[in-house]
Amino acid sequence: MSGDLRDGRIVIVGASLAGLRAAETLREKGFAGSLTLVGEDPRPPYDRPPLSKQVLLGRVPAEDTGLPLRRPVDAQWKLGVRATGLDPIEKRVLLANGEQLPFDRLLITTGTRARPWPNPAEAALDGVFTLRTSEDAGRIAERLDAGPRRVLVIGAGFTGSEIASACRERGLDVTVAERGPAPLVGALGGSFGALAAKLQRAHGVDLRCGVTVTALTGNGRLTGAELSDGSRIEADIAVVALGAIRNTEWLAESGLAAGPRGLACDAGCRAFNMYGIVTDDVFVAGDVARFPHPLFEYQLLSLEHWGNAVEQAEVAAHNMVSPGPLRRPHLAVPAFWSSQFGLNIKSVGVPTFSDQVVLAQGSPKEARLVAVYGYRGRVTAAVSVNQAKSLEYYQRLIETAAPFPPEPVGTDRPEPMTPVPSDVPDPAVLSHGPTVALTGHLPDRRLTLVRR
Amino acid sequence: MAADTLFHRITDYANRADPYPLYAELRESGVTRQQDGSYLVGAYHEIAALLHDPRISSDRRNRTAADAAATCEEDLPVSFIAMDDPEHNRLRRLAMRPFGPPHTPGRIDAMHGEIARIADELIAGLRGKDRIDVVDDFAYPLPVTVICRLLGVPREDEPRFHAWTQEIIASFDPTPGEDLAERQRSGLESRRTMGRYLGELAEKRRGHPSDDMLSAFVNDEGPDGRLTQPEIMATSVLLLIAGHETTVNLITNGVLTLLRHPEELERLRRRPELMPRAVEELLRYEPPVQMLPQRSPLADIEVLGTTVPKGAPLILVLASGNRDPLRFRDPDRFDPTREDNRHLGFGSGVHSCFGAPLARLEVQLALTTLIRHLDNPRLVEDPPPYRRSPVLRGPRHLPIERDTTGT
Amino acid sequence: MNIVVDLNRCQGYAQCAFLAPQVFEMHGEEALMYLPVPPEDQLERVRRAAAACPVQAILVGEEAGADVR
Repeated sequence: MSGDLRDGRIVIVGASLAGLRAAETLREKGFAGSLTLVGEDPRPPYDRPPLSKQVLLGRVPAEDTGLPLRRPVDAQWKLGVRATGLDPIEKRVLLANGEQLPFDRLLITTGTRARPWPNPAEAALDGVFTLRTSEDAGRIAERLDAGPRRVLVIGAGFTGSEIASACRERGLDVTVAERGPAPLVGALGGSFGALAAKLQRAHGVDLRCGVTVTALTGNGRLTGAELSDGSRIEADIAVVALGAIRNTEWLAESGLAAGPRGLACDAGCRAFNMYGIVTDDVFVAGDVARFPHPLFEYQLLSLEHWGNAVEQAEVAAHNMVSPGPLRRPHLAVPAFWSSQFGLNIKSVGVPTFSDQVVLAQGSPKEARLVAVYGYRGRVTAAVSVNQAKSLEYYQRLIETAAPFPPEPVGTDRPEPMTPVPSDVPDPAVLSHGPTVALTGHLPDRRLTLVRR
Repeated sequence: MAADTLFHRITDYANRADPYPLYAELRESGVTRQQDGSYLVGAYHEIAALLHDPRISSDRRNRTAADAAATCEEDLPVSFIAMDDPEHNRLRRLAMRPFGPPHTPGRIDAMHGEIARIADELIAGLRGKDRIDVVDDFAYPLPVTVICRLLGVPREDEPRFHAWTQEIIASFDPTPGEDLAERQRSGLESRRTMGRYLGELAEKRRGHPSDDMLSAFVNDEGPDGRLTQPEIMATSVLLLIAGHETTVNLITNGVLTLLRHPEELERLRRRPELMPRAVEELLRYEPPVQMLPQRSPLADIEVLGTTVPKGAPLILVLASGNRDPLRFRDPDRFDPTREDNRHLGFGSGVHSCFGAPLARLEVQLALTTLIRHLDNPRLVEDPPPYRRSPVLRGPRHLPIERDTTGT
Repeated sequence: MNIVVDLNRCQGYAQCAFLAPQVFEMHGEEALMYLPVPPEDQLERVRRAAAACPVQAILVGEEAGADVR
C-alpha cells in the first residue's frame, strides 16, 4: 500500500450507517491521517430499520437505536451541520455554519430524506408525519401511544407497509392508501403485490389501492383525508411514506454527476463528474450512490438498502486508501429484508429487473415461499417469505446467471411451476418511490457545458 | 491410498482417535465415489451449499438402494430429521412449540440455574476422588438429567433407555460391513420399544398437564394442531437420544481439548466470559456429530466437478469442513477467540440442530464448572479409548487425575 | 454496549432468542426483533447470543459517537 494514501485528510459527508462503516474501514486499512465526519442529523449514527418496527411498536425508545462501533474511528465529528457545497478545485466542503473543510479525499454518504407531502400547508397540520429519522419515529410512536382513532398511511412500499403492520399489532385502525395496484409492487412487482394485499387485509388493514390522497384536511390538527375515488376517511395521524429523495442538492454546483437519482460512480465507488469522467479523489457510497452492476447489464443502480450501505462503504473506504491495481469493485448481490405482519420477507438480486416470476418453493397458503424472478430467460432475483434458509441456493443461481425458469427442485413446491409476468410497474404509477431504481436508461438531466 | 478406500479408513475404529489427517486427504481428493456407492464431501463451502440446497433430501426413501433404516411404519414414523419439507417443517415447528421461540422463548434460558446446580452436584459427588472418569462421572449424567427433566422422563429409567439408545445409534453408524443390516434391524426394534415407552409416558399426562415437553405434546394445541400419537413417539425418541448422546461427546471432547491446551484452560479459568466463544470453537475443532450420513440428491447434481447421481448416499463430513483451510485460517489450531467462526458443528440450513441452544448452555456451564473445580488436572491416557461410532464421535472414557488438596 | 444485527445474514436460527430472550425476540417463525441497547444485566446473555449466532450476524460494541453526544 502506498504510504501517501494512508495519510492526509479525509472528509466523509454523511454520518449515518455508510459513513460510519467507511470510517471504521479506513482505520482498519491503516489510514492514519485526519478523518472528519459531517452529519446533518444531530445524533451520532443510528440504525434506521428498527424505527419502523421496534420503535413504532413502542418496544424500543427512538433514541435507543445507536449503532455499535466495530472499532474506534478516531474521528472529528461535526454533527447537526449540513454540507451546502463542494468546491472540487480547491477541494473544500462548505458547511451551513460557514465553515470550510479542506480535504485530500472525500467520501459522500449523504443518503436520502423522506419525500415530504407535496402540499406544505397540509404537511404542516399537526398529526402529519414522515418517517426517516429517529426523531420522526419517536414522535410517531408517542402519538400511537396516545391511541389515535385511525392512522392513515400514504404509500404502501416497505416503509408504509411496516408502519401499517406496527399499527395493527398495536390494535390501531389503519387505512393504507396506495396509488399503485397493490402494496410492495414497486419493489417486488404486481404478482407478489397481490399476495401482500391479501396479507394486509387478513390483518385488518383497510387497504385502498388505485387511489391517491387528494387532500389532508383539518384545522391546525389533522382530522381526515380525501381520496381520489371521492371517499373520505377520518384519521388523526397520517404518515406520509412516499419514498425518499436523494440528498444531492448540495452538489448542484460541484460539477459532479449528481441529480435526483443520485451521484453516479464507477464500480470502484469513484464519483463521475458531469461529463462522465471519473474523479479520483471523490468517492460515494450508500443510498445516494448510483453504480453500475454487471449482473444487471451494467445499468446504474441506486439501492436504498442497509446491506448496500455497509458493503459499498467498505469498498469505497478500501479504494480510498489503496493504489489502483489493489482497488476492488463493488459487486455484492443486492439484498434486503422487511418484517411485517409476522412475516420475514427477504430479497436477493433485483426483483424489478425482471419480466417473469415463478413460485419455486413453498406455498402462499402456508405463508412460506420462495419466488424467483427472471429477465429474458435468466434468474435475476429471489424473494423468500419465512424461508430465509433457502435463499442462498437462489443467490447462487443469480450469481451464475442460471436459466429462468429455474429447474423445479425439492419436495416443497407447486406442481407444475408456472411462470407469470412479474408486473413490475413504471415507477411513475406508484405512490411510493421504488427502493431500487434502475436508472441507466433514464438520464437525469442534459449536459450543459460549463466554462470556468 | 486410493480414494475408494477412504470411507473405510474414516470409519475404521483404528482411526477414531484422530480422523483429521484422513479428512485432509478427503478434501484433497475432491468428491469421489466410495466402494459402497456413497459419495463423501469434505470441503466447507460445498457442504455449506449442500445444506441449503433444496435438491438434497434427508429422507432415505429417496435413496436408490433402500435400507432398513428407511422403513417407515404407520405405528412409528421416522422422525423429522429424516424427512423433507414441508412435512419436516410442520413436525419441527410442532416440536419447537414447547421448547423455544416464538411460542416458548424463555424455556432454555430458565434452565440456566438448574443446569448449573446439576453440574455443581455432580462435582460435589466427586469430592475427595483424585481420579475421575469425565464421561461416566460428569459428561454423561449431566445432559441425561437435563433432558429427562425437560422431556418429563423419569431419571431412574436411564438404564432402560440407555440400552435402547446404544442399539439405535449403532444402526445409524454407516460403517460398511456385513453386520450393517443386522444393526439396522435391532436398531429399529429398539426404536419401537423406546417409542412405546415414551408414548405411554406422554399418554399418562393427557389431561394432567405438567411442566415438561411430553405433557405439552399431548395437552397443548397450536394453530397447526398437535402431534399425533405416533408422531409424539418418533419425535420424543429423537429428542431423548439427541439430547443426551451428543452433548456428552461435546463436553468430553471439550475437556480433552482443554487438557491438551493447558494455556487455554488456564485462560478460560481466569476469564470465564470467554467460554461461549470457546464452545463454538470446540464445535468447530472437535464436533460431536462428525458427519451427516443420511442425505441423498433428488436429481443428479454436480459437486466439485463430480456428478453425484440421484438417490446415491451423500455423506457430508462436517468435521472435515470445519478444518478446511479454504475457510478457516490455521484450521488445525484450537483458538477459543477465533473470529467469524461459522462452523458446521450443528449443521446448517433447515435441518440445523434442533437442540443446539440447550447443548450450548449445558456445555458452557459444564466446562466452566468443571475447570473451576479441577486442581491441576492431567490426562491419564492420550488418546483415551473412543466410542465405536464414527458419526457421534467421542471418548468412551476420559480418565483424568487431579490434586485433591483443599477440595 | 449496543447491538446491531445484520438481518441480511440472519436466517432465523433463533439461537439469540433462546439464549437472551429478553433482548432478542422472534416475531413469528423467522423475523427477529431486538433491543439495540440491551439492559446492563443482560450483557452476559447477549455475549452468549452473539457467540452462538450460526451466521455471525450480531455485532456488539460501544455506541458509535458516544463521546460526541
